[in-house]
Amino acid sequence: MTSLIIVSVYLALLLGLGLFSSRLFRGTSKDYMLASHSIGPLLLLMSLFGTTMTAFALVGSTGEAFKEGVSVYGMLASSSGIIHSLCFFLLGVKLWGFGHRYGYKTQIQFFRDRLESDKIGLLLFPVLVGLVIPYLLIGVMASGGVINGMTQGKVVEGNVVNGTFEEGTFPAFLEQGSQGFSKDGSRGGVPRPIASFVICLVVLLYVFFGGMRGTAWANTFQTCVFMVLGIVAFWVIANNLGERAIRADQEANGVSNDTADTTVQQASLLEKISAVSANIPTERLTRSHIPKLKFFTYLLVPLSVGMFPHLFQHWLTARRASSFKLAIVAHPIFIMIVWVPCVLIGVWATTGLIHIPPPVQANPNIVLPFMVKSLAGPVLGGFLTAGILAAIMSSLDSQFLCIGTMFTEDVVVHYGGKGRFSDKQVVLLARLFIIAIVAVTYGFSLFEPRRVFTLGVWCFSGFSSLFPLIFASLYWRRLTKLGSYACVGAAVVSWITLFWKSDFARNADYTFDLVLGGMTYQMMPVAAMFTSSLTALILVSLVTRPPSEKTLAKFFS
Amino acid sequence: MRPIVWFLILLLLVLHQDNWFWEDQTLVFGFMPIALFYHAGVSVVAGILWFLATQFCWPANLDEEENVHSESTSRT
Repeated sequence: MTSLIIVSVYLALLLGLGLFSSRLFRGTSKDYMLASHSIGPLLLLMSLFGTTMTAFALVGSTGEAFKEGVSVYGMLASSSGIIHSLCFFLLGVKLWGFGHRYGYKTQIQFFRDRLESDKIGLLLFPVLVGLVIPYLLIGVMASGGVINGMTQGKVVEGNVVNGTFEEGTFPAFLEQGSQGFSKDGSRGGVPRPIASFVICLVVLLYVFFGGMRGTAWANTFQTCVFMVLGIVAFWVIANNLGERAIRADQEANGVSNDTADTTVQQASLLEKISAVSANIPTERLTRSHIPKLKFFTYLLVPLSVGMFPHLFQHWLTARRASSFKLAIVAHPIFIMIVWVPCVLIGVWATTGLIHIPPPVQANPNIVLPFMVKSLAGPVLGGFLTAGILAAIMSSLDSQFLCIGTMFTEDVVVHYGGKGRFSDKQVVLLARLFIIAIVAVTYGFSLFEPRRVFTLGVWCFSGFSSLFPLIFASLYWRRLTKLGSYACVGAAVVSWITLFWKSDFARNADYTFDLVLGGMTYQMMPVAAMFTSSLTALILVSLVTRPPSEKTLAKFFS
Repeated sequence: MRPIVWFLILLLLVLHQDNWFWEDQTLVFGFMPIALFYHAGVSVVAGILWFLATQFCWPANLDEEENVHSESTSRT
């Protein structure tokens, strides 16, 4: 119950921050959606980092390290450090310039102008929204899992013991989970659907009232929280597991309990974590089980940030171009600070120094909350849960706001006519759409959960396959309207085909296999998607009419 | 300096592949698997290279853009 109280207080604080920031709201749609381009270097760094580091980074990385070993860091973290900053540098800064000059609020507004095509909006809108929703789902599902994991008890001989709630507190279908969406039951904790609902509600409220300014402030606050608490979690888990490892060594050597206690007390942190790491199974230490080409093609996955619509919106909030510099430099370092401890915790969970029960083994998403709960006390556990939730919510807010903005700007205002709505009505519409998208996402989250990491990689792969479009629109004068249609079409068709072949992400190890000269080359599906969209973009652009001189002068002068 | 910085960033992407520690089980400092240690190093080097990029490869015309924007902001 202590953990739950701490988490509740944290959520209340966050709400307070969002509501406070709404007092600075200037009442215009530009302020609601872009914070009136007022975000400086530090807030921009924190909001960009908080937005890109989602449940995928904390819960997903620990879970994947538990399943696959330390390779997960090279596959996504170090590559992201290089490529995210590359996108901020090559795309973000340039798009910021166009956004300021021509008043864009969404990606689609930019593409409509650059490609001289109104219909590109109709084509891109469902694709972008369709890809953001699984990304949102990752956060909503993970938040439910984390809160439930932290508050549940243990099942002993068919009965739940040490749960936060007595049996019968919640409706039976939530507690037992024999039917419907809560397959594993709540085990005396907050049922996942209720936990996810509360998180959705909190994020909805501060986005609803605070808009982009509230989101940026909340992101900054939450990024500080999850970075600091992440380090604390690592320290506590390292100490606790280290003591167990040294004690196990001493017992194996037949040392008496008193001597073992003395050795444990005198051991430094380095000695403790060395004792833990000595127990990591060999297969978790290396990448021997990963094909080299598959590892290489993982490099394409972080290109997704170039096409994230919510990052586009964050880029436009910058006060000036130089505000980007801090984010470009610090992003790789921040990724390291968050990911290295998470990956180590994930592989330490495989050492046998802590018993990982079968339900946790079967659901890697809850490895981190399980470790925190088992190795930290309830007070610290509560704070650490708040840290994990902070990482999750700092992405959800931007995504909710972005989809609300897209619905309002790219559909309603665009097709309804700019003069038809007052600025206040535009803000109201954005808020209503945000409520609708939260409701839809929450509804989807009640279905059978997938591994956060797997779902995330599929979602990012879809965005990565659209990367050629944004890059060419900024750096290739010859890109045409039909070339862009072909690019989006190829990306959609290849994504759907491969997603279907992976049994809709049920096959977490699915690869795109290319057979050449009797050899099979295993690649990430994103390689095939990216190649097909890039090829279609180039070939069709070269054989169709180039953009007008007026447009080229507007974007390339 | 600009081409050197871009070359170093490209080189870092190549070095990221890290074929040489693929099956190495060494624990650096006794606790850090070398595959993880190497890639943490890649992250640090990336930060340094991006710092150099912001110093030597920053688009010159953006300064004018900023001045125009700050003037228009101050007018409103």
